[in-house]
Amino acid sequence: MVGANNKPEETDQPEVMIEVSVWRGDAEAGGFRTYHVPSRQSQTVLDIVTYIQRNLDPELTYRFACRVGMCGSCGMTVNGKPRWTCRTHASQVISNGKLTIEPLRNMTKVKDLAVDMTPFFDKWVEAKGAFVPTKTRHDEIEAIKPDSKERRAADAAVECINCGVCYSACDVVAWKPDYLGPAAINRSWTLVNDPRDGAQAERLKVLASDAGCSNCHSHQSCATYCPNLLNPTRSIAGVKRRVMVAALKGEV
Amino acid sequence: MTALRIYMAQRISAMIMVPLVFMHLGMIIYAVQGGLSAEEILGRTRGSIFWACFYGLFVTAVSVHGAAGIRVIVTEMVSLRKGTADLLTYGIFLLLFVMGARAVVAVTMP
Amino acid sequence: MIRPHRNHPLWFAFIVHRLSGLALVIFLPMHFYVLGMALTNVDQLDSFLQWSNNPVSKAAEFGLVFLLAVHLFGGLRLLVLENFDWRDWQKSLAAASAGLAFVVAGGFLLNVV
Repeated sequence: MVGANNKPEETDQPEVMIEVSVWRGDAEAGGFRTYHVPSRQSQTVLDIVTYIQRNLDPELTYRFACRVGMCGSCGMTVNGKPRWTCRTHASQVISNGKLTIEPLRNMTKVKDLAVDMTPFFDKWVEAKGAFVPTKTRHDEIEAIKPDSKERRAADAAVECINCGVCYSACDVVAWKPDYLGPAAINRSWTLVNDPRDGAQAERLKVLASDAGCSNCHSHQSCATYCPNLLNPTRSIAGVKRRVMVAALKGEV
Repeated sequence: MTALRIYMAQRISAMIMVPLVFMHLGMIIYAVQGGLSAEEILGRTRGSIFWACFYGLFVTAVSVHGAAGIRVIVTEMVSLRKGTADLLTYGIFLLLFVMGARAVVAVTMP
Repeated sequence: MIRPHRNHPLWFAFIVHRLSGLALVIFLPMHFYVLGMALTNVDQLDSFLQWSNNPVSKAAEFGLVFLLAVHLFGGLRLLVLENFDWRDWQKSLAAASAGLAFVVAGGFLLNVV
């Protein structure tokens, strides 16, 4: 058994080491530093990063909280692909005994593996990703049928925990830094489908703007890498249809 | 031009061209049998109102579509000011449209 | 060139669509120029058509037909994706666009040889 303290099993086998290249630096400069980490059973990439920080290099900076895929704070680029490190088994991504760990793309590096997610969250606000109520506590609760088309569309997109993996995977964000990106538009799409919301016209205007949905080329990298198996491309396609209809009616 | 206008121009011109490209491909495969000659092509197209309309619409749509496409590619690779991007878009549209219109006149004029 | 995060079929479908579109826009002015010869000099057009009747030109034409067909089918896939209800078999649709484009270009090749 591998214990909670991550001690290896007592065996005669020589310890297998993983060669881990970790990006170290800040917004100005940086590069890769190599560490040798012992391989363990059921080891996640986050375990490897934690091992490095606790045993090899206490100055390594990274972000995590829940370790079980709930919080969305441990996103990093692993072997060139954005992932939740806590839900990525090392054995699935190690190739030839090597592993490369970098901060998420498309966001300014703060230090080592931690990035500044402020612009990412600002875009959620910009895309009017917050519910705008139209009723007071004195009104009746509006009934939303669970099987209505709108409710199902919102359901399919609503489980986002804003980890930034899709945003980091998106080439259009890299090419056009003002683009709202898959997470923010996906969030907006859940509200476009909320009949109780009172900011539909303003929201559609933002989605139709130069930063909005028309930038998306349906590469579907967002859907390919979303750890929650959401499909922002599908949400953006829905937004495109709404925006196109609104534009033809002269509303945006 | 807004990103949405470009998007819509590109999609609408694409929808117009779907049947046109199918016909164009069919025509290419049909016409190359036994080799191409000016006589054969012009015999089919000269004085034909149908082909004049067909190619006229095709050239207009492809000029819009191509100009929109190049604008998107260029603005994603280098950061351009809006005025510069608009100028580039109109420039490519005009180049394709003028050359295309000339070709349509050349092959369909009676 | 192909960075790890781009290594999936739908990104390849995108790059095929973009590069085929770019190539077609570059080709179009030449296409129009040659057809425009009919206005001023029909003999010149005819001799160009005669000259182009060589294997290398036909191979290039095969390429052009493929580019047009792959851009058509790939574009149809995008129009369906954007304007109709979502389908989860996007990768199959992308593969089908490439396959159909080969069929069309192959049909062209069979007719010229």
